[in-house]
Amino acid sequence: MAAPTPPLLSLSGVHKSFGAVAALREARLELYPGEAHGLVGENGAGKSTLVRILSGAHAPDAGHLALDGRPVALHGPADARAAGIAVIYQEPTLFPDLSVAENIFMGRQPLRSFRRVDRAAMRARATELFARLGVHLDPDRPARGLSIADQQLVEIAKALSFDARVLVMDEPTAALSGVEVERLFGVARSLRDAGAAVLFISHRFDEVFALCQRITVMRDGQWVSTDPAADLTVDQLVRRMVGREISTLFPRPETAGETSDGDPVLEVSGLTRHGVFEDVSFAVRGGEIVALAGLVGAGRSEVARAVFGVDSYDGGEVRVAGRRLPRGRPEAAIAAGLALVPEDRRQQGLVMDLSVERNVTLVRRWALARLGLLGARSERRFARTWTERLQVRAGALSDDVSTLSGGNQQKAVLAKWLSTDPQVLIVDEPTRGIDVATKAEVHRLLSEQAAGGVAVLMVSSELPEVLGMADRVLVMHEGRLVADIPRHRADEESVMFAATASGEKP
Amino acid sequence: MTAVAERPGETRVRGRVVVQRFFLARELGIGLALVLLITVTAIVNSRFLSAQSIKDLLLGSTILAILATGQAIVVITRNVDLSVGSVLGLSAFATGSLFVAAPGTPIPVALALGLALGAVAGAVNGLLIAAARVPALVVTLGTLYVFRGIDYTWATGKQINAADMPPGFLRMGTNAVLGVPVLAMFAVVVLVVAGYYMRSFASGRELYAIGSEPAAARLSGIPVGRRVFGAFVLSGALAGLAGVLHAARFGTLDANAGINSELNVVAAVVVGGVAIFGGSGSVYGAALGAMLLTTIDAALPVLGVNPFWQRAAVGALILAAIGLDRVLMARIGAQLRVAGGRKVVKPAADKGRRPRRA
Repeated sequence: MAAPTPPLLSLSGVHKSFGAVAALREARLELYPGEAHGLVGENGAGKSTLVRILSGAHAPDAGHLALDGRPVALHGPADARAAGIAVIYQEPTLFPDLSVAENIFMGRQPLRSFRRVDRAAMRARATELFARLGVHLDPDRPARGLSIADQQLVEIAKALSFDARVLVMDEPTAALSGVEVERLFGVARSLRDAGAAVLFISHRFDEVFALCQRITVMRDGQWVSTDPAADLTVDQLVRRMVGREISTLFPRPETAGETSDGDPVLEVSGLTRHGVFEDVSFAVRGGEIVALAGLVGAGRSEVARAVFGVDSYDGGEVRVAGRRLPRGRPEAAIAAGLALVPEDRRQQGLVMDLSVERNVTLVRRWALARLGLLGARSERRFARTWTERLQVRAGALSDDVSTLSGGNQQKAVLAKWLSTDPQVLIVDEPTRGIDVATKAEVHRLLSEQAAGGVAVLMVSSELPEVLGMADRVLVMHEGRLVADIPRHRADEESVMFAATASGEKP
Repeated sequence: MTAVAERPGETRVRGRVVVQRFFLARELGIGLALVLLITVTAIVNSRFLSAQSIKDLLLGSTILAILATGQAIVVITRNVDLSVGSVLGLSAFATGSLFVAAPGTPIPVALALGLALGAVAGAVNGLLIAAARVPALVVTLGTLYVFRGIDYTWATGKQINAADMPPGFLRMGTNAVLGVPVLAMFAVVVLVVAGYYMRSFASGRELYAIGSEPAAARLSGIPVGRRVFGAFVLSGALAGLAGVLHAARFGTLDANAGINSELNVVAAVVVGGVAIFGGSGSVYGAALGAMLLTTIDAALPVLGVNPFWQRAAVGALILAAIGLDRVLMARIGAQLRVAGGRKVVKPAADKGRRPRRA
């Protein structure tokens, strides 16, 4: 980019925290007119938070945003739109009940006399936009039932409809086929050549290199580097995305797990849920910790949920200690000795309005009950045993679980499931959003469980955690299991390369 | 542009036909049910189709139809207004008291005051929902009792009789022009205006957008809080108007006017094809639903149905309406996916609606 041109949009020193978790610390970005800019980073690097700040959906806690060199404050999505910033989100945000044309123009419909909506003009302009995109979509049909790719097209048409000066695309290609990606890039290039700035976020490096002139790398909510794409290699990008020391958080003896050559406790074969994951097969032995790694949306949590029976599946089977589990029945899975610590503890792991002790005894209440009656005393005694074993710090066991810190909530969820004495423990993002000290405790607990002969399957987006804890790393990419890496060969690069399907490690 | 030829025009046309058939199906279905019910009842007893009987039916459905129009607007935004019966009662008693205190008040002034009183009540609902961020179901359940309580406090021991009201006002409640009751004309005007607003004005369309997907509405820059507030003011104002018309129709007023009518109103809206989770349906459908419920009430005794079963019949109708809605949704979804002509990535994604967000 020529040096004298001032940036069209610049962000500097942006901070954003959600509760105790800092999503962005010191983020920066400069977009020039006529430039396509790539933004890459691991899961949780803060890319999506940055997008939400650009779209006006989140207000930054600190930092400067300038358009054409003038500082601006975005007080909401309407402001961002007025400033000419269009955002295509990872997940399309459409109104299923409204027509495609209305979806495109909602909030700024063309008007005729008496400020009435001009449907004819709206339809004509929608048709025109689709012609520009080279697709046929009926502007009058409701958005309900559109495929993800078609929904994405509606989003693109929306962005085109108001001559965006800044087009932000947050992983728009995840659900698109090759032809559709090419078409999208054609539109992005024509916008770019018309003087707009395009910000393209993707995990697919080939696409980033195909479209972008400059690439910014983010890690842990911080800016790492911005360089011309021509000066970068995939290898360098991956290193910068990962680039941190594996901390000493993970108390896993080097040899643990490798010695256990017992029978597989959990066997999954050919597990398929159409459109979500395909033909997933793996086994976990007792005493082994197996990590399921991959990018957000690769289908890891979905596999975990299907194994536990929360979601049904279309094909394949799950066996625990050789016995086949019926599909879609969590109660059967629990009876067979499975436990699932879900990804979202607030929504799925705990009943936030119940006390700590109630939450801990939730799965064991029948075993604790006498003649169908649950005695307060036995419930409390049981809860006390487990919260002490896991060192859950709570004011009183009768306090609402919502009063605990995130880390202690997670330990309460673990207490609940460990109390069922599981054979197979599935943990989904076990340390997301909890502080470092508690993280270490959770890791210690998982190691203890494995040492006690439990088969542990851990879904995690945190590479250090995966590498520090796992005896084997299974990597998923777009719904398929693409790699099974033993501990001694697993490192950050081999896992990232598999997860982004960038081929074998060079 | 070579891609234009990739898909022939037939999918376009097909998509549109599906949509039209669907939207016709919703309101037409209720209309057909209404015609069928009237026909069967008329065969059993021909007097059911007399001019007087039709006039009674229209008169009977007027107030429910006006309330249902307001309720439909609120339900379309994925909310509900349970306080309408109490607002009606309050407005009806206020109207009576107004005529007792100032017998010469012109009718338009009474109508305007009723509308205004209702709008204030609606604004209270809207403010509580926006400020306290409590679901509308809870807030309006509260104001249902609060407004009724105010009404009781005010009206205890008092009764306003027809003799207290100006004859011109009472005539408005009972007279008909060319066989059409004057009150029904109010309902028609309200319905047409509301229907036109919801269909043709940007803010009306935004109400649909809010009910269809609140998160996306926010991202589209729609002032969600203000629009929902507006919907509650409208619903309250229409309940206030309904209160004035109630006073004109019945003449005798006490604190119980409109009591327990809120669930009838919600029933009319649901039977009329307005999705209870918002985003779709129309005020016309809701008004048709109101007529259908009123006609059932009138027809079942004629058909010799035990009065104890009448409530059950209404309930069965609501369940049937919801069942039909689900079936239609599933079918339209399947057909639209075929019409889309692309590979479906997540077949399960849009089968069920998302649960209501608090």
